[in-house]
Amino acid sequence: MTTFTANLLNHLDQNPDKVILHLQKAGKGDIHLSYKDLIEGSSRYAFALSQSGIEPGEVVIIILQHGIELIFSYLGTILNGSIPSIMPFLTEKLLPEKYRKDLNSLIEITKPSAIIAFKEFMPEIAFLENKSSVKKILISENIARENIRGTSYIFSGLKREQNDIVLLQHSSGTTGLQKGVALTHLAVFNQIESYRHAINLTDDDVIVSWLPLYHDMGLIASFLMPVLNGIPLVLMSPFDWVRAPHRLFQAISEYQGTLCWLPNFAYNFCTKKIRENDLIDVNLSPLRAVINCSEPMRYDSHIMFAERFSHYGFKETALATCYAMAENVFAVTQAGIEKPVTYDVIDLEVFQKEKIAQKPLDGRQSLIMVSAGKPVKDSYVRIIDNNCLDLPDRHLGDIIIQSNCMLEGYYLRKDETQRSFIDGWFKTGDLGYLADGELYISGRKKDLIIVGGKNIYPQDIETVVTEVEGIHPGRAVAFGVFNEDKGTEDVVVIAELEKDDKSNETQIGEEIRRRVTQSTAVALRHILLVNKKWMIKTSSGKIARLANKEKYLQEFNQK
Amino acid sequence: MEKSEIIKLISLKLALEILKQPDRVITPDEPLISSGLIDSFSLVDLALQVEDLFGVRIEDFELNVDTFDSLNQLSNIVLSRIK
Repeated sequence: MTTFTANLLNHLDQNPDKVILHLQKAGKGDIHLSYKDLIEGSSRYAFALSQSGIEPGEVVIIILQHGIELIFSYLGTILNGSIPSIMPFLTEKLLPEKYRKDLNSLIEITKPSAIIAFKEFMPEIAFLENKSSVKKILISENIARENIRGTSYIFSGLKREQNDIVLLQHSSGTTGLQKGVALTHLAVFNQIESYRHAINLTDDDVIVSWLPLYHDMGLIASFLMPVLNGIPLVLMSPFDWVRAPHRLFQAISEYQGTLCWLPNFAYNFCTKKIRENDLIDVNLSPLRAVINCSEPMRYDSHIMFAERFSHYGFKETALATCYAMAENVFAVTQAGIEKPVTYDVIDLEVFQKEKIAQKPLDGRQSLIMVSAGKPVKDSYVRIIDNNCLDLPDRHLGDIIIQSNCMLEGYYLRKDETQRSFIDGWFKTGDLGYLADGELYISGRKKDLIIVGGKNIYPQDIETVVTEVEGIHPGRAVAFGVFNEDKGTEDVVVIAELEKDDKSNETQIGEEIRRRVTQSTAVALRHILLVNKKWMIKTSSGKIARLANKEKYLQEFNQK
Repeated sequence: MEKSEIIKLISLKLALEILKQPDRVITPDEPLISSGLIDSFSLVDLALQVEDLFGVRIEDFELNVDTFDSLNQLSNIVLSRIK
């Protein structure tokens, strides 16, 4: 077993000139990085951290846009033996005050020793230096200019052991930032080893990705796994991709990409939003797996994607699925590699009423469930009922998992960590059933909203909504409603007006929309303003999210 | 084509196809992206709608707050290309 630093230095030693990373940026030429380039660029950050007295085992928050410096600073932090955590970059839509608040809550809990950011970002964070756990704020541009050739320096990362924490993964938003998934070197290598087998990863593979690195699918499957395994990676910015989704396919053609991970919405998005003109000469035949992961997987999304892109050489057999979470480093199950993904047709009514997935009786309404496949090596899945008893095949229940690559814990959050386990098994908060050894995911117990693969905690939105003037404090709910067209969830807000006066409803609605976007980067699809009697409250006067969602769905007659 | 007409056409399309609120009136200077009215996933959508309406090409690097944040700005881009 090894550590990240030892692994990277081994690649440098064995294959210094092997090009491992092709970095794309819209409007600019691709940057090709060999292991030598990668280690050299990253060394500057390791050196700067070390010079600043940042010790191995200390947390470093990285706030950089997608690009070469993000890569270098991430690996550089690891080479210094410190623990990197990426904080999503402040986008133009976000309100600086709100972002500062999120950053503060991240810092209070995670207690980082350093922050790495661009110069332009300094006014936002300068106040933190020496006023918190932060000993040093490092400016990326200064480090990038540094010439450290000839400096004799031994990476402190070599002193780390396999059971030490190597990195933290956070979801976005106030709530997500308070729970950093801490992973050890061993856990990451164990996951990569299991996942390699699950997807038959070989030296002939080329991975292409537009995914952000602060998300497990982007960080593990589409960054660390290829770099630590010597598999070439083509990486573009999520910001570029969402404006020009065809770039992904052009990159696959150009670099003969064989593997790609996408959240479900991307299947719909690519199918519907790419012009024919932008696909001229695109050849998708090198793709052996496009892996649907990180939000509910839909049969319709697969079919439309395969139909549209078969004209460009895409093979239907390349459709694959995966169930993953940061708490297991990444993959728990995988389907579609050895054999095509199983689509399980079940009786809708029986499933809804009895929570059993069985074949539909003649002429009855059915539901097509997409298999997430079998557990990867050394990961185990159980389905339990409310009394923690195992359920038989095809019975819907809570998914709990165990593996040799589980999180060490939520960083400095013993309370949260303890709450998440039951008898040594991690409670995923997802609902599903097993059939013939394959896992089917059918929803969530927790009220998490997932938009385009990104986790959003409803409480973050609700807090903002109830601060709007004219809204009764504490009387707002946010939830996701699946949008068939987009292949992902839309976010809906219901809020109670302080007075039963509908005259300035439009104004209040716009104010809610504006504030939610600026605080959480979520664009609300529907805002429903209601009077005092509408909302369902629990006996203790709390707003029941699920009950109100159901009432909303009934009233608006949506599925 | 008059600028006001372009604005009106885009406004209707935006309300109907992207916001799914046919009655929603969008004023020419109302911020679209920075206000949260349309999210990043809808940017391409809006560009495609505009391309279909006027037969002009909108480049992906134009889909940002500086060039694309209001109907006014958007109609200027369209005008400069159909002339």
